[in-house]
Amino acid sequence: MNFSAFLQQNIVCLDGGTGTLLQELGLRPGEHPERWNLTHPDAITEIHRAYYDAGSNVVCTNTFGANSLKFPPDELEEIVRAALSNADAARAQSTAPQEKFIALDIGPSGKLLKPLGDLDFEAAVDVFKRTVILGVKYGADLIYVETMSDSYETKAAVLAAKECCDLPVIVSCAYGEDGKLMTGASPAAMVALLEGMGVAALGVNCSLGPQQLRPIVRELLRYASVPVIFKPNAGLPESVNGKTVFDVTPEEYSDVAAELIAEGVRLVGGCCGTTPEYIRAVCRKTKQLAPIPVEPKNLTMVSSNTHAVVFGGAPVLIGERINPTGKKRFRQALIENDTDYILSEGIAQQEKGVDILDVNVGLPEIDEPTVLKNAVESLQAVVDLPLQIDTSDIAAMEVALRIYNGKAMINSVNGKAESMAAVFPLMKKYGGVAVALTLDENGIPESARGRVEIAKKILTVAAQHGIDKKDVVFDPLALTVSADAAAAKITLETVRRIRDELGAHTSLGISNVSFGLPARAPVNSTFFALALENGLSAAIMNPYSVDMMKTYYAYKVLAELDENCEAYIAAASSFTETVNAPQADIPADIPALKRAIVKGLKEKAAALTKERLADSDPLDLVNSEIIPALNTVGVGFENKTVFLPQLLMSAEAAKSAFEVIKATLASSKTRAEKGLFVIATVHGDIHDIGKNIVKLLLQNYGFHVVDLGKDVPPATVVKTVKELHAPLVGLSALMTTTVPAMEETIRQLRRETPWCRIVVGGAVLTQEYADAIGADKYAKDAMETVRYAEEVMGE
Amino acid sequence: MVLIKSYDAPPLDEREVFRYAGCRGEDDTARELFDACRAEIAEKLTYRVCFLPLDVRVADDFCDFGAFGVTSANLARNLDGCAKAVAFAATIGVGIDRLIAKYSVLSPAKALMIDAIGTERIEALCDQFCCDVEKEYRLSAKPRFSPGYGDLNLSFQNEIFSVLNCRKHIGLSISDSLMMSPSKSVTAIVGLCETECKKPSRKCDTCGNAGCAFRGAL
Repeated sequence: MNFSAFLQQNIVCLDGGTGTLLQELGLRPGEHPERWNLTHPDAITEIHRAYYDAGSNVVCTNTFGANSLKFPPDELEEIVRAALSNADAARAQSTAPQEKFIALDIGPSGKLLKPLGDLDFEAAVDVFKRTVILGVKYGADLIYVETMSDSYETKAAVLAAKECCDLPVIVSCAYGEDGKLMTGASPAAMVALLEGMGVAALGVNCSLGPQQLRPIVRELLRYASVPVIFKPNAGLPESVNGKTVFDVTPEEYSDVAAELIAEGVRLVGGCCGTTPEYIRAVCRKTKQLAPIPVEPKNLTMVSSNTHAVVFGGAPVLIGERINPTGKKRFRQALIENDTDYILSEGIAQQEKGVDILDVNVGLPEIDEPTVLKNAVESLQAVVDLPLQIDTSDIAAMEVALRIYNGKAMINSVNGKAESMAAVFPLMKKYGGVAVALTLDENGIPESARGRVEIAKKILTVAAQHGIDKKDVVFDPLALTVSADAAAAKITLETVRRIRDELGAHTSLGISNVSFGLPARAPVNSTFFALALENGLSAAIMNPYSVDMMKTYYAYKVLAELDENCEAYIAAASSFTETVNAPQADIPADIPALKRAIVKGLKEKAAALTKERLADSDPLDLVNSEIIPALNTVGVGFENKTVFLPQLLMSAEAAKSAFEVIKATLASSKTRAEKGLFVIATVHGDIHDIGKNIVKLLLQNYGFHVVDLGKDVPPATVVKTVKELHAPLVGLSALMTTTVPAMEETIRQLRRETPWCRIVVGGAVLTQEYADAIGADKYAKDAMETVRYAEEVMGE
Repeated sequence: MVLIKSYDAPPLDEREVFRYAGCRGEDDTARELFDACRAEIAEKLTYRVCFLPLDVRVADDFCDFGAFGVTSANLARNLDGCAKAVAFAATIGVGIDRLIAKYSVLSPAKALMIDAIGTERIEALCDQFCCDVEKEYRLSAKPRFSPGYGDLNLSFQNEIFSVLNCRKHIGLSISDSLMMSPSKSVTAIVGLCETECKKPSRKCDTCGNAGCAFRGAL
C-alpha cells in the first residue's frame, strides 16, 4: 500500500526524537548529526528500528539539516544515500507487523529568507530541491517538511518538493507560545497556504509540549480539510542537578495524544525528548481508536504571512487604490520606480480598515512581471494584509503568485476557455482564490440566469483542474446604471442566485455602477448596501470614501456582525469630514506653515500647505516657509540644540508639505532639483534605517534620490550610476563584515564612473576607514551628508 | 543540552532609549514619539533565550569550552578565574523588524525610535538573563562578552550559532555577512566564577571605543 492510501484509512504513527538519543550516544554540541549516517550507521539504524518496533508507521530519515548550504554536493549525496539506506535496513530488521514507510526528513535551511534575512526565495527553493531529488533517488516513500518556523521558507520547501517529485508531502511547523510561527503566521494562515499548495497533511511539531500545543492543534482542526499532524516535544527541557530532563512522562504524553486523536488528529509522533517508550505508549492507547474522517471545511480563505481572511462572516473589504487607472501621481510613481509611494498607499488603506489589498501595476510602458514582482515583495515586507494579484498578464501573475508569502487572491479569471486554461493551472500549483468574472466568449449576458450559467461552467472547468468551489469567488459584474437602467438590478439578482443556487461567494467592484453620474458617492454606497443584503461577500472599493465606510459599518451593526456596535462606535468619529480649524495657537509673527514644520506636525503641515496653495504660488511657499523651516532645524541639529527625532519629525512634516504641492502641480518638480543622488546599503547588509534617514533629508533639501535599497551588489550600484550619470553616490554599511563590500563597490565605481563622488556612512565607519577604502567623504550623520552634497553640487 | 527560557518584559530604562535615539536628554517631541511607539510595539515583542552551560579552561589566550574553543586575549582576560561559563543567544523576535521596515517608509522618526526601544529591550533581556544565571548557578557572573568585542573575531558567531542551534531553539538565524535576524538579538559568553566579580559601574567603561557616538554621558 502506498502512503497516501494508508493515510486515507488509518491513524498514522510517526516516530519520536532522534537528536536527544544521539546526544546520549555522544553527539557533541555543534556536531552535524547528519554525518552520523556515515560514521555511525549502526547507531542510526538501531534508533530507526526501535521506533518501528515501538509501532511507528513512518520513520524520518536522519537528514534534518542535510542541505546544500551545510554540505558540499558529494557529501550531501552520500549522507542522503546512507540515511535512506539506514532507514531501509531498520525497516527490514524490524519484525513489528504494522505498515512501514520511510519519510525523507527536511528541516529548515538554517538561513532566514529575505527581506528579514539574506536567503533569496528562489535560492531556498533550489536548496530544498537538491535534497528532495536525492531523497527520491534513494527511495523515500514521502517527504516530511518539519520544524518550520517561517511560512515563506515552508512555501519554498513545499514548492521544491512539488517541482521535483510526485511523492506525498506532509508538513509540520514549530509554533511558539504565542500560537504563531516565529515569523508571525497563525495556524489558519498556514492551513490556507499549505492546503492551497496541495500538501497531504499538515500540523505541529517541536517547540512545546503536548499540553501547550493542544490549542494550536484544535485551531488547525477547525480550518483544515486535510489530515492534521501532532508531534510535540516531551515538554520543555529543564536542568535538574546539572542534567537535562524533559518534564512530560510517556503516560501523560500519550494521554494527550489519545485525546487529540479522538478530536480528529490523524498523524501522531514525538519530537525532542521523546523516545521509543513514548511512541509505544501512544500506539498502545490509540490502537483501539477508529480514525475520525477528515471533513472538508468549505472555507474560502486567503492569507498573508501573518493571518488568514475567511469569507462568509463580515463583508470582506478589498482596497482598490493600488491601481494606476486614472491616477496621474500613481502612474508617475510606477514609471519612476517609486516603491515608497505604492507602500504608502498600501499602509494607508490598511489603516482605513480594508482586509485585502488589490495590487494592479499594469501600464503599457512598463515591464509588468518585474514591476508586479517588486510591488508584491515590497508590500509583503511591510503590510500584513493578504494581497489580490490583479493582472491580465499571465506571466506577471505567475511570477507574483510564486513569490507571494501566503495564499493570494487572484484577479481574475473568466468563463473564456483561454482564460481558464491559463489561470487554473497556476492556482493548482501555487494555491489561491480566484475572482471569476461571469463573462465568456460571448460577452456579458444581459440576464442573471445567463451569468449564473457561466458561473456553473467555470466551476465545472475548475473541478477538472482539481480546484474546489471554495477557491472561486464570483464577480457578477456591476455595470453602469446610467447606460442601462436595469444594470444594478440584474447584478444584484446574480449575486443572490450565486449564493443560493451555487453556494459560492461573490465579490463586486462597486464604483463602476455610478460611472457617468454626478455625485457618485450616494449611488455607490447605496448599491453596496443592497448588494450586501443580497449576499455579497466582498467588495473591491475605495476605503477613503467616507460614504462607503459608513455603509460598511452600518451594515455590520444591522446584520448582527458588530458585537455591542463596538466597531461602529469606534469608527463614528471618522464619519465627519475633517474641517481645518483656524490655527489659533500660532503667533502671527511666525508663518504657520514654517512653525508646523519646525514642530514636526505632519498632518498640520499638509493641511496648511493645501490651504495656502489657494492663494500662494507653490514655489514661493517652498522658498519662504518650507526651506527656512528646514534650515532652522538643520542648523539646530548641527549645533546640538535639536536632537535626531525632532530633525526627522520636521523632515517628515516638510515631506508631507512637498507631497501636497506635488499633487497640485501634477509634476514631480516642486522646485529646481539640486542634483541626482544614488543611495544604497551595501551588499550583505540588511539594515537600512540609517540610509532611509539620509534619503529623507536629501529629498527635503531638493535632491533627486534614487534609492537602490539594501543588500545591493556592487554591479547594481555601478550600472545605475553609469546609466544616470549620477554625480553623487552614498553608501552605508553597518558592520565590519560588510565594509569589504563597500570597498569593492568603491573600487568598481572608480573604474567605471570616475566622475562620481562617493560619500560613506554607517555604524562601523570612521574617517580612517573611509580613507582606507578610498571614499571621498565620511559623513558622520545625515545633515553632514546633505551639506557635502550641497558642496559638491555648488562646485 | 541547550536550554530555552521565555521571559516577560523586563523593566524599561527610558533614558537608555533616548540615548540610543540620539537625544542627549529628553524633549517633548522625543517624549511624544516614544510614548506612541512604546504602545505600538509592546505586543509585538517576545523575549526568548537559549543557552548552554559550559566548562572553561583558559590556557594562554585560548579559551577552551570543551566542544569548541577560540583564541582571544580579551575574552581570556574576561574569563580569568572562571571554571564555568554560559553561552547564550537572546532575541526579542522578528515583529519589531517588520515595524521598523514599515515605518522606514511611513515615518523614519518612528523607525528610529522603535529601533532605539528595541536596542534597549534586548539589552535589558540580556541583563535579566545574566542576573538569573548568577542566581541559578550561585556563581558570580562576569560582564557578558560577545563576538566582535575586542579581539574576539566576529566569525566566532558561527561557532555559537552551531553549538546553540539558535534557529531551531529561538528562531534566530545568521547571514553570510554575520548579521543576525531578528536584528534585535545578542549572542555572548558569560563567565562564572566562585569569587565576587567586580562589575563596572558604567557599561561603557568596559569598551575601548572612545569615539563612539553612543558613549554614555549617563
